Amino acid sequence: MSSVILSVDERVALAWNALSTVEDPEIPAVSILDLGLIRFVTARPNGDLQVGLSPTYVGCPATEVIRGSVKDALKNAALGGFQVTTVLSPAWTSDWITAAGRQKLHAYGIVPPERSVANMREVLRGDRPVACPRCHSVETETLSEFGSTPCKALHRCRACLEPFEYFKCI
Amino acid sequence: MNAALPKIEAQALFRYVLRLGDLSLVLGQRLGEWVGHSPALEEDLGVANLALDLIGQARLLLTYAGEVEGRGRDEDKLAYLREQGAYYNAILAEQPNGDFGQTIVRQVLIDAFQLELYERMTDSLDERLAAIAAKSVKEVRYHLRYSSGWLVRLGDGTDESHARVQSALELLWPYTVELFAEDDLDRMMADSGIAPRLSEVHAAWVQRINAILAEATLKVPTDRPHAWHGKRGQHSEHLGYILAEMQYLQRAYPDARW
Repeated sequence: MSSVILSVDERVALAWNALSTVEDPEIPAVSILDLGLIRFVTARPNGDLQVGLSPTYVGCPATEVIRGSVKDALKNAALGGFQVTTVLSPAWTSDWITAAGRQKLHAYGIVPPERSVANMREVLRGDRPVACPRCHSVETETLSEFGSTPCKALHRCRACLEPFEYFKCI
Repeated sequence: MNAALPKIEAQALFRYVLRLGDLSLVLGQRLGEWVGHSPALEEDLGVANLALDLIGQARLLLTYAGEVEGRGRDEDKLAYLREQGAYYNAILAEQPNGDFGQTIVRQVLIDAFQLELYERMTDSLDERLAAIAAKSVKEVRYHLRYSSGWLVRLGDGTDESHARVQSALELLWPYTVELFAEDDLDRMMADSGIAPRLSEVHAAWVQRINAILAEATLKVPTDRPHAWHGKRGQHSEHLGYILAEMQYLQRAYPDARW
């Protein structure tokens, strides 16, 4: 098995597979692929794989953990040498969360982010209604712009009275 | 590394990047003082999250500054082992927290500055700064939404809350002048296409701040000359106390890691 020589394309595909098993340490319901954190996997001329990883928020303590988990996953997949590069630009946006990721977040009880809006005024001032993940009522209110992790805000449903988290739209 | 970047002295770029990084670091450290003392749990989370983002931005900027300097200083060495005179933040960032309203006023003034600055820095000829700005501007936009939301509530709130934030605004306004006072270094960065012109940033900032203050029913104070030069390393007495607390561990136990 280990003596089989893999093509570059096969190694890249296997790397994507390995990365799909890496969970977000704060929200284990979603993988880092669901969140759109892996920007690329390529092979360098010397054969090393290069993986581009974007942080959600620059100060997020989970970023270091994710970096470590990415390295472990690639090491365990035994695909040869690799480097993990931090990609700041283009900056990560919650728009990169995949459709599957959005469904998983919702099922986990976290409302996925709105698609970001180009209109600055709407971003700054307008609170669009966020539907409760339990009873689907839009009679909800913001309790806090910030929550238990940098990526989430805290809301409450006025219909069923339950609090819930909203994945911030940035 | 940056093909389009005109040749400028590494030492000048180093100092400029520290101005940006130190502003975030010192403000982040200040906000951290609120943790466990905020008026409500939600505000505790709010200021802690602002601090976290700001320190994250400072890490990127200080790391870059260390690489530009090329003497082997990393983000930790720059944060923990520099004396007060080698910090280049505008002194608004180091002003005390005061009451929650005063903290919010300081935050709005700096959030709006960082927003206008970083929006324009996303097309800097320095690719690294452009990338850091592109990442930071999204976070800063969210910060301003939080801080300006509070300023409107406090300004347009009770007589007491209105009076308190108006007096905090009078207290802190003079320090904003330094943010926009262009010196040789700022001019060099703008001429080289690394940073936006501060006069442009100022015009946009004034417009934004005026709109927020109008909604908060607050009066815009009049500009007065300032005598502070934190951007050149001349600070108010407050910075020393901040650094004493922040640097204590590395000074007492050099190279301690955990």
